[in-house]
Amino acid sequence: MKSSVRRVGLLAALTASAALVLSACGGGDIDSSSGSGGDCKETVNMAINPWVGFEASAHVVGRVIEQKLGCKVDYKNLKEEVAWQGFGKDVDVIIEDWGHPDLEKKYVKSANPTAVDLGENGNVGQIGWFVPPWMAKKYPDITDWKNLNKYADLFKTSESGGKGQLLDGDPSFVTNDEALVKNNKLDYKVVYAGSEAALITAFRQAEKNKKPLLGYFYEPQWFLSEVELVKVDLPKYTPGCDADAEKITCDYPETKLKKFVAKKFADSDSDAFKVVKNFSWTNDDQNLVAKYIAEDKMSADEAADKWIKANQDKIKAWLP
Amino acid sequence: MTVADAAGRAGSRRGLALGGVAIVWIVLAFVLNGRQTLAVARSDLSDFQRWVNGVNEDLGTDRGGNAVLRVLDGLSSALGSVVSTLQGWFSDAPAGRPVPEVGWLGVVAIAVLVVWAVAGWRWGVLTVLVFGAFGTFGYWEESIDTLLVTFLAVLITLVLGIPLGLWMGISPRVTTVVTPVLDVLQTMPSFVYLLPITLAFGIGAAPAVIVTAIYAFAPVVRVTAEGIRSVDPGVLEASESVGTTTRQRLLGVQLPMARRTILVGVNQTIMAALSMVTIAAFINSPGLGVPVITALQSLDVGTAFTAGVLIAIMAIWLDRVTTQAGERTGLVRSPSRTRRRRAGLVGGAVAAGVAVYYSRLYLDLAAFPERPDLGSPVRDGAQAVADWVSDHGSVVTRPVTEAFTYGLLNPFQALLADSPWWLTAGALVAIGALVGGWRSGVTSVACVAIILAVGIWHEAMVTLASAFVGASITILLALVVGVWMANNHRVDLVVRPVLDTAQTIPPFVYLVPALALFGTTRFTAIVAAVVYAAPVAIKLVCDGVRGVAPTTVEAATAAGSSRWQLITKVQLPMARSSVALAANQGLLYVFSVVVIGGLVGGVGLGYLVVAGFSQTELFGKGLAAGIAITALAIMFDRMTQGWVRRTSPTNQVVG
Repeated sequence: MKSSVRRVGLLAALTASAALVLSACGGGDIDSSSGSGGDCKETVNMAINPWVGFEASAHVVGRVIEQKLGCKVDYKNLKEEVAWQGFGKDVDVIIEDWGHPDLEKKYVKSANPTAVDLGENGNVGQIGWFVPPWMAKKYPDITDWKNLNKYADLFKTSESGGKGQLLDGDPSFVTNDEALVKNNKLDYKVVYAGSEAALITAFRQAEKNKKPLLGYFYEPQWFLSEVELVKVDLPKYTPGCDADAEKITCDYPETKLKKFVAKKFADSDSDAFKVVKNFSWTNDDQNLVAKYIAEDKMSADEAADKWIKANQDKIKAWLP
Repeated sequence: MTVADAAGRAGSRRGLALGGVAIVWIVLAFVLNGRQTLAVARSDLSDFQRWVNGVNEDLGTDRGGNAVLRVLDGLSSALGSVVSTLQGWFSDAPAGRPVPEVGWLGVVAIAVLVVWAVAGWRWGVLTVLVFGAFGTFGYWEESIDTLLVTFLAVLITLVLGIPLGLWMGISPRVTTVVTPVLDVLQTMPSFVYLLPITLAFGIGAAPAVIVTAIYAFAPVVRVTAEGIRSVDPGVLEASESVGTTTRQRLLGVQLPMARRTILVGVNQTIMAALSMVTIAAFINSPGLGVPVITALQSLDVGTAFTAGVLIAIMAIWLDRVTTQAGERTGLVRSPSRTRRRRAGLVGGAVAAGVAVYYSRLYLDLAAFPERPDLGSPVRDGAQAVADWVSDHGSVVTRPVTEAFTYGLLNPFQALLADSPWWLTAGALVAIGALVGGWRSGVTSVACVAIILAVGIWHEAMVTLASAFVGASITILLALVVGVWMANNHRVDLVVRPVLDTAQTIPPFVYLVPALALFGTTRFTAIVAAVVYAAPVAIKLVCDGVRGVAPTTVEAATAAGSSRWQLITKVQLPMARSSVALAANQGLLYVFSVVVIGGLVGGVGLGYLVVAGFSQTELFGKGLAAGIAITALAIMFDRMTQGWVRRTSPTNQVVG
């Protein structure tokens, strides 16, 4: 007992002496001036939603703000829901939003809004049903939804209860697939893969082993540059055909991806805000940077720098 | 009639009754298949789920105006600034400095000194290697951040948990109230409360510390209480007879005597906290979870493995060090050794001070050098292995998956989930009572009622089918490998580190290879659960078998028992309570990774919990799913605990 009391005392003494060393030789030993250009004092909090394309857009904007304005950029890895919740406190920018009417209602159109809609970011999202390329080659008519029932047997799995399997992805993705299957009288069952990683792995294996697979997918997405999935055409989208979610039969519309920022950030009207406001690029741009990250295994900042270096003219248009 | 005979007869009666229940269940299920299963579509909500959504909505809208939330906001800012101060010292450069206040050399020196003081110099040397791995694998900053977040969470847990545990130890009434709360904390999937936590505490390190502390809270309380209760009653009586007060007895006698047990609780709490590293990254906690999760987005198994294996290394290191510290408490040293030790430590402290000083002076000693770079070879190696296994393994794994799913899982799921709800519910309650005794039967009734009330019955039964199959495989593995390890020391030496790694590496690391091998199926979810749960169960069986008295084993061998007879007739029966305990822990561990299974095609409750975390309209459903997981886990915990009690040595008369 006694020895352990001494031991605690000893430990305290050691900690104290360490602290003394720490404070006695105060700051300034290592050159304190860190070398960033510009005189920007603000820190921009950039949400990163969990997919590579988002990461690409966010880091390109982030690097421009860091390099040209000299501000600090903090990246926050968050799911969409949490990122929206963070507006007004921990999050300033969501650079790519796929449409969340419920969240917009709550945070943009409410009596006490915390977020501002900055409009389109130039990327166009397309959700749809896809098959691996080998299937489109072997069964050319499979890309028409009317023929899907003919092929339903191909898509049977241990999970699909005797019907064809339609593989869906991450639960946060926008999906009408259960209604589409039902209303178009398709002999399929929606099976939830549960994550984007699961979905991509499934398509990768399907192409490699020439196994049938029908699944939900979307562009822009880095994986499409590895395996060029082929879209299956559902009944054509017409404005308003998706008004009643229960009775929907038509394909997904093109989604113009949008930018949202915190109200506080918008009100500051800072240079960093102006860069975010002016930012716009194409799907090809994003796919290229996403490819640098996902396939060439560059860090997000390296990938962004590489693209920025090659696209100075585009950057110029974003600067205040 | 001896007591053993009576016990045996009661056992066989129970077996008969169980068989009867099974037959009735199967026959009725066959006849009534597909009726009254309470299956609902993904977007259909029960009243309870709608109500939860409403509450959540109100809280979110009212955020700025709510006084409680404002207080929590203040708390979270305070906690946040503690974290960022610590980060400024040890991991992340504070404003105005290119590097943290203390460079890597200083951090290593401090860590070695502390470990040396609590656990001995050998572990100090190991600490150098561990911290060397943090740096050379390329995740120095993330590793230190993870240590900081874990340290703060564990600190909060201990400050609140040890007093509560003490109170529980002396008051049965407190135990009755607190135990169910602890059960819920331990079994409720953390994804369920991630959103509410971010609502209250924002995002980043502060809420991460809180989420981690919530999950890690239960073990230290439970073990502390257990330690207090297990103090020799004779000692207590003696101290009572000299007229001590309850308070004096608690602090002067029970607490010191339970110190070693409490340290076991500290150890378990640290392990629980480290298992939250990846989950915390979902709310932007700094640390090793971030590279694991971002790597998963581009299916970069190599990177995920490199960061994940550091989490495992950190966990194993902390486990050994705290275990060692526990074993050294109360160690009596000779005066000369004490003197030498103290001189050594003072010398070490001076050396550490010098190291800290120089790490502030030279950039090379502050920022971890980029060379040697062990991270790249580890990453490339892991990636190559994963690729090879994915490419070549599926020839074997796909047929296994199909055979298993069609042959075992689908029929079993049909029995549980496609029967009328009242039939399955009745069967579960009957089995609960038969296996675990009447108290477990009552718990089963309550848990079944809760699952029905939150409106998630069918999904719960789908999950139960997978979980039960997973737990069965786990126990089978535990019996085979555990017995093998217990009887062969060399096997133990090889297998144990593998088990330690499997138990502590985040499942996110092996999800992608598992998906490549087994597809997006329920079986993949089961495989992930088994990888996570089997190590604990194997170790328990191994320890149990090893605990069988050597004289008994010798006697059996002398009487001419074969190896097989020795195992089945002597070792396993005598280690029965360890086997039951392994079943109990195996099941609980399987339930705790149901959510991970939801990410790889596990459907059922796990998927819904993740969905609830991702979509506002499904928040209520996700919470309901979380409650159902908790109810299932508690139901089976009580059932198997009843079994443990029945088989524990104190109730046995060995004849």
